[in-house]
Amino acid sequence: MKPQPQRRRVAPWADALFAGLSQGAAWLTLALMVGIIGSLIIGAAPALQAFGLGFLTSAEWDPVQEKFGGLVMIYGTVVTSVIALVIAVPVSFGIAIFLTELSPSWLKRPLGIAIELLAAVPSIVYGMWGLLVFGPILATFVQQPLQSLLGGVPVLGTLVSGAPVGIGILSAGIILAIMIIPFIASVMRDVFEVTPPMLKESAYGLGATTWEVVSRIVLPYTKTGVIGGVMLGLGRALGETMAVTFVIGNMTQLKSLSVFEAAASITSTLANEFAEAGEGLHQASLLYLGLVLFLITFVVLSISKLLLLRLKKAEGTRS
Amino acid sequence: MTTAIDSRRLAMHHKRKRINAIALTLSLGAMSFGVFWLIWILFETIYQGIGGLSWATFTQMTPPPQSEGGGLANALFGSFLMVTLATLVGTPVGILAGVYLAEYGQKTWLGSAVRFINDIMLSAPSIVIGLFVYALVVAKMHSFSGLAGSLSLALLVIPVVIRTTENMLNLVPNALREAAYALGTPKWKVILAITLKAARAGVITGILLALARVSGETAPLLFTALNNQFWSTDLTRPMANLPKTIYDFAMNPDQHLQQIAWAGVFLITVGVLLLNILARVLFKNKH
Repeated sequence: MKPQPQRRRVAPWADALFAGLSQGAAWLTLALMVGIIGSLIIGAAPALQAFGLGFLTSAEWDPVQEKFGGLVMIYGTVVTSVIALVIAVPVSFGIAIFLTELSPSWLKRPLGIAIELLAAVPSIVYGMWGLLVFGPILATFVQQPLQSLLGGVPVLGTLVSGAPVGIGILSAGIILAIMIIPFIASVMRDVFEVTPPMLKESAYGLGATTWEVVSRIVLPYTKTGVIGGVMLGLGRALGETMAVTFVIGNMTQLKSLSVFEAAASITSTLANEFAEAGEGLHQASLLYLGLVLFLITFVVLSISKLLLLRLKKAEGTRS
Repeated sequence: MTTAIDSRRLAMHHKRKRINAIALTLSLGAMSFGVFWLIWILFETIYQGIGGLSWATFTQMTPPPQSEGGGLANALFGSFLMVTLATLVGTPVGILAGVYLAEYGQKTWLGSAVRFINDIMLSAPSIVIGLFVYALVVAKMHSFSGLAGSLSLALLVIPVVIRTTENMLNLVPNALREAAYALGTPKWKVILAITLKAARAGVITGILLALARVSGETAPLLFTALNNQFWSTDLTRPMANLPKTIYDFAMNPDQHLQQIAWAGVFLITVGVLLLNILARVLFKNKH
């Protein structure tokens, strides 16, 4: 009798195994997020108990007497990020306009790549450059003239006081701006490009200028995406460590509100103190700061993601 | 009458043109502003970096303060070891999760949740990853270690690889998958032998980008790997690494140490930019 052709099933378990493995890897990502938040809360528990929410409004940071409050660092983080946004948003907007509307097509790609490479440069490079090259230049050409100009003036004078070394909140903000420009610019460029060419061409056909097309057609159409890009940049700026740590001066006591005053951000304080802080209230307070930072960036990045998703969805329905 | 209207129209026209010219000039200015910083930073890195570079950079250990000579040999080795380990650990996990997102869970709640969380992890502060690994490994082992350093870098590799793998798998035409299914191929084999293979160049691009990202990461190493002044291959001990060494040396007022730090920054920048360019070339050739 001829043997029946046998139907071979190659390793039926392999399918289940592979599906299980890849699903497991996906779960791992979720577990990681939960683990990060969980470990921060557990680590910060002593400080959460000792200081409660008052931690966020107290400016005292005294490791010797074990009294901790995060206001100075939160102030530093927020102010440097705001300075960064104020500089970076208009510049990125200009870059995105240039890349989508103005640039000759042969220049588009190289310039786009240059901006993306700027995003790839590690933050430590920005930090070291900021400390050793940019700081001294800022001190000589901006800070000292401003101080000699406004030195005697009551309110403005205090806003520019501080040792003339080019280290402090302003330098940190400027370095952050340079760092986040590529992120915001490339998101803006990408969302500008989803504007249907038909809309733009209709406007051009009616005799609109390039600026009118950008400000009245492209910008309203891509509004949510643009804000999403700005939020992405903000999230980056809030969480950036090395570039800030190099140039902010790392003073956990705030002497004045001057933009040239050495200060501290959440990340720079963590970078400087965490490895040396012994177990106890000091470490718990640092973890508390880390938790605050993570929650703020989580919210900011979520908003960014949701806005960008909304634009993507709208792309299908509008025409 | 008509001349009055005409002249008003003309004025309006000129005004619009003027505003346009101003806006476009500002845009051009913004572009030059961006490129200006890139060139300045690159120039300074190359200029100062080549000045600090010598044969000793690759052969001698990191020097203590106030001493002559010295290099970055142990830091380079430590960074290389930790980045390699991190890539070896992070890549398979990232690819598997990316496969899940693109092939199994496109429409499931788990898929959407992972996609969302992953995009946040991509931009989340890396220093927080360091805190997490500190609590997970360093606090338990009571010692800073190269292992903890590699783990924190691996956690940064994963989101980058997930993102690119998913994107690249989504580019693979469905007809390919259906043809394979029609021949009776089981799903795992379709994924491994057809779709992943078709998306290979893109996936490798993602790995290279992840590699570039973690080789410059400093923040998560500060309290995981710490630093080590000597040559060490013991992963359970603190391990020297390039970014932390640069950080310590650049903050030191000693000119000699700063010079070594510039050499280190030069090496990192060149390495990272080359990886990025390689990734782009690879991706462009394929698509």
